[in-house]
Amino acid sequence: MSWSEFFAMGGYGVYVWGSYGVAALLMVLEVLWVKRRRRTILRRLGRINQMGAVKVEHEAET
Amino acid sequence: MSTAGINWFKYSSPATFYPLAGRMIPWFAALAVVSAVAGLYLGFFVAPPDYQQGDAYRIMFIHVPAAWMSMFIYVVMAGYAALGLIFNTRLSAMMASALAPTGAMFTFLALWTGALWGKPMWGTWWVWDARLTSELILLFLYIGYMSLEAAIDDPRRASRASGLLAIVGVVNVPIIYYSVQWWNTLHQGASISFDKAPTMAATMLAALLVMTFACWMYAIAIVLMRVRNIILERERHSEWVMGVLEEEK
Repeated sequence: MSWSEFFAMGGYGVYVWGSYGVAALLMVLEVLWVKRRRRTILRRLGRINQMGAVKVEHEAET
Repeated sequence: MSTAGINWFKYSSPATFYPLAGRMIPWFAALAVVSAVAGLYLGFFVAPPDYQQGDAYRIMFIHVPAAWMSMFIYVVMAGYAALGLIFNTRLSAMMASALAPTGAMFTFLALWTGALWGKPMWGTWWVWDARLTSELILLFLYIGYMSLEAAIDDPRRASRASGLLAIVGVVNVPIIYYSVQWWNTLHQGASISFDKAPTMAATMLAALLVMTFACWMYAIAIVLMRVRNIILERERHSEWVMGVLEEEK
């Protein structure tokens, strides 16, 4: 069986690869979204943390 | 039987679950990748073409696992929601909320791959038959759950309201599962049932089961990743989260 025959899937290529392509795409996107969300949260919490630390220093000085 | 010495509630605390989940993620992710490669190999290179459907039936290896996952994740989500409502444990509500997007994704995939399978086999992308319609309702339940949770500002009230919706919606799952028996549908019957021997070739069955395992592992990995995000967000005022931030630097 040749590769072009394999990708043709007996004439059902569009349906078969349309199914697996979208499945793979959605799973990759979901992972990327969750990872991006994690970076955003860590950045934001990091800022809040820093602000808190600065505030504590100020309070110690005065 | 003695359970002394083991504190079963230890891991229901977000602070202890967070690092545990972090350690588990790479294992589930690796298992997902390895089993997906094995399942695709079995499904595309080992399993023979179907005598009626040719190669189009190979859509089954993603369609059936996606449909199973869509129902199973919903039941697990409702279970966590119920635990959260009954015992008021924070982690249960967080788990329910982390499961919803992945469940919705698998529900959409089941519908999408079903449409792409239905077109060449039935001659139509969509019919309003019992199986397809109840699966579409499942997608709306997931979306409703997520919207309701997002619409309420107070996280505790949000989990209570959306949790209740999740629990009520569980009635839809047996309707989906038995729809092909209860009503005359265009959709074929169950591929595998508990009381009958499988009717498909052994290699097809193997590919289907390995792909299902891969979807399982993927779902566990991504849900653990998401629940860690939710834990960080909701527990951001606690001291241990500040400790985590120090480690991440």
